[in-house]
Amino acid sequence: MNSKVADRIATTIFYLIAATIVTVLVGLLGYIIYHGFSKLNLDFLTSPSSSFRAGGGIGNQLFNSFYILFLTMVFTVPLGLGGGIYMAEYARPGRLTNAIRTCIEVLASLPSIVIGMFGLLMFVNLTGWGYSILGGALALTVFNLPVMVRVCEDALRTVARDQKEASLALGITHWHTIKTVLLPAAFPSILTGAILASGRVFGEAAALLFTAGLTTPTLDFSNWNPFDATSPLNIFRPAETLAVHIWAVNTQGLIPDVREVADGSSAVLIISVLLFNLLARWIGSIVHKKITASK
Amino acid sequence: MDNKTMTLAASQRLLKKSNKSALQKEKRGKYLVLASALLIITATIAITIFLGSKGLQAFISNGVSIYEFLTSTKWNPTAENPLYGAVPFILGSFAVTILSALIAAPLGIGGAIFMTEIAPSWGKKILQPVIELLVGIPSVVYGFIGLSVLVPFLRETVGGQGFSLLAGMIVLSIMILPTVTSIATDAMSSLPKGLRESSYAIGATRWQTIWRVLVPAAMPTLLTAIVLGMARAFGEALAVQMVIGNVRSLPSAITDPSATLTTIITLNMGHTTFGSVENNVLWSLALILLVMSFIFILLIRYLSSRRQF
Repeated sequence: MNSKVADRIATTIFYLIAATIVTVLVGLLGYIIYHGFSKLNLDFLTSPSSSFRAGGGIGNQLFNSFYILFLTMVFTVPLGLGGGIYMAEYARPGRLTNAIRTCIEVLASLPSIVIGMFGLLMFVNLTGWGYSILGGALALTVFNLPVMVRVCEDALRTVARDQKEASLALGITHWHTIKTVLLPAAFPSILTGAILASGRVFGEAAALLFTAGLTTPTLDFSNWNPFDATSPLNIFRPAETLAVHIWAVNTQGLIPDVREVADGSSAVLIISVLLFNLLARWIGSIVHKKITASK
Repeated sequence: MDNKTMTLAASQRLLKKSNKSALQKEKRGKYLVLASALLIITATIAITIFLGSKGLQAFISNGVSIYEFLTSTKWNPTAENPLYGAVPFILGSFAVTILSALIAAPLGIGGAIFMTEIAPSWGKKILQPVIELLVGIPSVVYGFIGLSVLVPFLRETVGGQGFSLLAGMIVLSIMILPTVTSIATDAMSSLPKGLRESSYAIGATRWQTIWRVLVPAAMPTLLTAIVLGMARAFGEALAVQMVIGNVRSLPSAITDPSATLTTIITLNMGHTTFGSVENNVLWSLALILLVMSFIFILLIRYLSSRRQF
């Protein structure tokens, strides 16, 4: 075969591959949004789900998802920031640093179901909490921590060296430099990374099956006392999130309108993740413009 | 009053020979961030120890034979003479992982080459966001689409129930495609420009350059991309569980229903009593998952030590 012909054939194949990848994404998104969009209305988004009858909504699941996401980020952001600062600023080449790096790698590559089972052992059985929002959020913290550490470390490392050295040259301590020079400069990329990580946490289900559970008690949305059993804010109640709900109605559901509920929930999940994605870029660039002189 | 606070503030800012409070803050800050870094080590060790001891319980305190567990193909923990042969699930996990890598690897690496070599300007602008969006789609959504579109489609076209190894393979290959593509893209774009140019300079076509020069040069990292994708496929639970059919027997064809380690755990964890034998063997399956993810990491380490560029 002529080498020029081979080159042309290969080029065509690469175009086909690229087209396939794009088609897969467009097909997936199109399918979900086309089928799910018609089911989205205020009633579906706010009413509680039903376990037997048709016509249930996803109000509680939606609230649970955001609540668990919020708690997870409350735990992960400071810890990830701490770990990232250590790795970027204080870690010296050596055994300890290598060990931390290996552990980050291990944690990041653990299957989420394994993290879920660790959560079941640690935060459900050992603590005696049973299935709880707190347990779910802690399991997701383990799941999300390596990502946050990497995000923070990378963000701090990309801050211009001159800025840091100028601050140190003024006699300012290392810690104070980190707080007042490095962190503000790295803030936009940390924020972007954190929002992207939120999207990942929002869609996670396997780690929550055995930690936050598959049920939600009847919630009274007028009761905002976090220690009350029916309060939505109670962190020791079981909570089914949206992603878990999609799995549960499809595999163990008894409701007749599985397709409608799953279609609608998937659309909400996908749209939320897309929003997280857009938000990350948009807020990141706005904050970057605000706090730096660059255009 | 104003004057006084101003002098105070100024004196605090003055450099002194021993600035105790600043030093203390420096130390406190350092220990604070060290503590969060150490927490990562603690978490990793805790996971290994907890899952390790819990996973071995079935063999140590319940007397399940490790040999039977790893070699028998019969699984029936609830029968009168309970059988604990995990081979169908172990093989199922490996089969679905390798099959999905066989699809995702050429597609992913092809996409990466398209972005870096064929159409670096506009190709990247289109494919990059596509890949990022594919990463963002939650795994249950992949599972749900597999269940509602792919399974009926396979039932009509290839026959059988539709729930099959084939369905699991297709869903997983789409799921790991973005992982493979993004790392392969990094691998291709980090190759030195000289390689490309010297190949063109001796008259090679683009395809010859790609196939004989660039791909071999980037091989260790391309393999890393595939292994990372496989690690993800091996551990994926819900999406596979929704489409694979979950049977206890070994599949004889790719269109047969099957099961994997993760799917059997997902299905049975909820309705077995914690501490019972049926429950403990599930933890042993989880231990296999943990060990496999360590093996994947070792493999990646080995591959990245062979990186040339």
